[in-house]
Amino acid sequence: MKTEAARMAFTRTLLALAREDQTIFATATDSRGSVTLNEFADALPAQFVECGIAEQNAIGIAAGLANAGIRPFVCGPACFFSMRSAEQVKVDIAYSHMNVKVIGVSGGVSYGALGMSHHATQDIALFRATPGLEIFIPADGPQTVALTKYLAKSSEPAYVRMGRGAVPNVYEEPAPFAPGKANKLREGSDAAIIACGEMVYHALKAAQALAEEGIAVSVYDMHTLRPLDEAAILEAAETGFVVTVEEHNIHGGLGGAVAEVLSQEKPTRMRILGLPDAKHFTGNSAEVFAHYGLTAEGIAQAVRKGR
Amino acid sequence: MDATTLQTIANQRRADAVTMIHRANTGHTGGSMSSLDILTTLYYAVLSVRPQEPHWPERDRFLLSKGHSVEGYLAVLADRGFFPKAELATFSMAGSRLIGHPNNQTPGVEVCTGALGHGLSVGVGMAIAAKRLQKSYRTFVLMGDGEQAEGSVWEAAMAGANYQLDNLYAIIDRNGLQISGATEDVMALEDFADKWRAFGWDVAEAAGNDPQSLLTYFETPRPAGKPHCLIARTIKGKGLPFAENRKDWHHKVPSAEQLLEAYAALGVKGVDWA
Repeated sequence: MKTEAARMAFTRTLLALAREDQTIFATATDSRGSVTLNEFADALPAQFVECGIAEQNAIGIAAGLANAGIRPFVCGPACFFSMRSAEQVKVDIAYSHMNVKVIGVSGGVSYGALGMSHHATQDIALFRATPGLEIFIPADGPQTVALTKYLAKSSEPAYVRMGRGAVPNVYEEPAPFAPGKANKLREGSDAAIIACGEMVYHALKAAQALAEEGIAVSVYDMHTLRPLDEAAILEAAETGFVVTVEEHNIHGGLGGAVAEVLSQEKPTRMRILGLPDAKHFTGNSAEVFAHYGLTAEGIAQAVRKGR
Repeated sequence: MDATTLQTIANQRRADAVTMIHRANTGHTGGSMSSLDILTTLYYAVLSVRPQEPHWPERDRFLLSKGHSVEGYLAVLADRGFFPKAELATFSMAGSRLIGHPNNQTPGVEVCTGALGHGLSVGVGMAIAAKRLQKSYRTFVLMGDGEQAEGSVWEAAMAGANYQLDNLYAIIDRNGLQISGATEDVMALEDFADKWRAFGWDVAEAAGNDPQSLLTYFETPRPAGKPHCLIARTIKGKGLPFAENRKDWHHKVPSAEQLLEAYAALGVKGVDWA
């Protein structure tokens, strides 16, 4: 099975696009290594802006670049861009409607044992409550390629969260991707799993295991958190039981978004799987996922119990 | 345009601003008054802008980082023709785009400001863009002195010097007062000029309520290779005898009697839009 880190799929795609379009810029916060922007910085120095370890300044600089017609991709760790510079994202980009793409890498618990200071597990809740930002969490490398191509053409402000490590490909290139339209990856009428990011792969594995037990489960990849694909959520609810899975706090993320739709439009039994509202267990991301049941078996167990 | 004419215009805009605040029963009187000679000098004598074409790519950029001084800024934009002056009557009214901090749905306003400490970073981005795109526009950011306690100001100051942005001007409305009292009592700034020099900026001072002093500064070539910081010494509440140098006039609203007192002190008969 092919694997690739989303951040690498992003930077190779961005570099190819930027070679053809001089208005595409990348900025870093002493993060060119962690984002994998070294090649971009070396190849296109006139389209690269180093901002130093200063996320607030980086977001403001990007808004200023966008004002002049540049299309900046502000790149750095998701944990810092979603919190340290949250006000700049809110005011300078979302409220001001500046064409800036905020690329948060190493999101979720990618930084594992570095601890909660470096985890970004509240970013979706925060930005879902910040009007004016599109929000994306790609599932794998191929989808990140398609997403990056969309972002380079779009004039909407956006926040993207991607992980750090290599993840198994869910898609082959070219991956199907339409912003705001969930990908239905598996059909089944006994329950539905709605997942995003790295959890999509685990959700598919869970569905495979359940199929062997005679339980047919639909799987949706909800790569876009805003605009939200409400039609897909309502379709998932036709199964009578919806499990959401995300690398995010159980409050305010994908599960919250799905619950908001279903509780108002089509009350349906649900189970929200994610990281607990507590200090995190420490370990690498696989160990953290295992601890909290964010695995194929954990997801399958939630479906078995709940349906 | 000569300094005497600028002074007359600045006082007319003071009358506009204080009328807006009185009518809306809300606003930041002190800071609007202190900054109006700076705004007037910039918009009537320094900035290259096209009010009928607010997105003209070659325009000089201006950012009111001290966004609470919006009343004077809106009065200047309206008088320069960015939008109809009659619209000033809607200031802070339900549904108006003219609200208590600059909103970029208003022609002439580049980005929304008001959260202090944001403007200079955006200005650094605009100035970097001009260098990279080989454009000759300049970028001017007006900040408050109380605002200087925001750490992001100094992130931007480092970046401005790092990128040698000699097309960038940071102007500080140094009126010495913030909402709780004197800046030196709340969070001391002095030796303020030395702080900016230490950050690698070309620093100068001017009398910020004297258009001649400001004109002289802007007409004098500045050193290349460094961003420029102008510490403009001003009086909070300038022009209103009842408000000058009084911290409680940070966002106090003038009464009907005080409005007339203000007109008399400013040497204006009133406003032509209300």
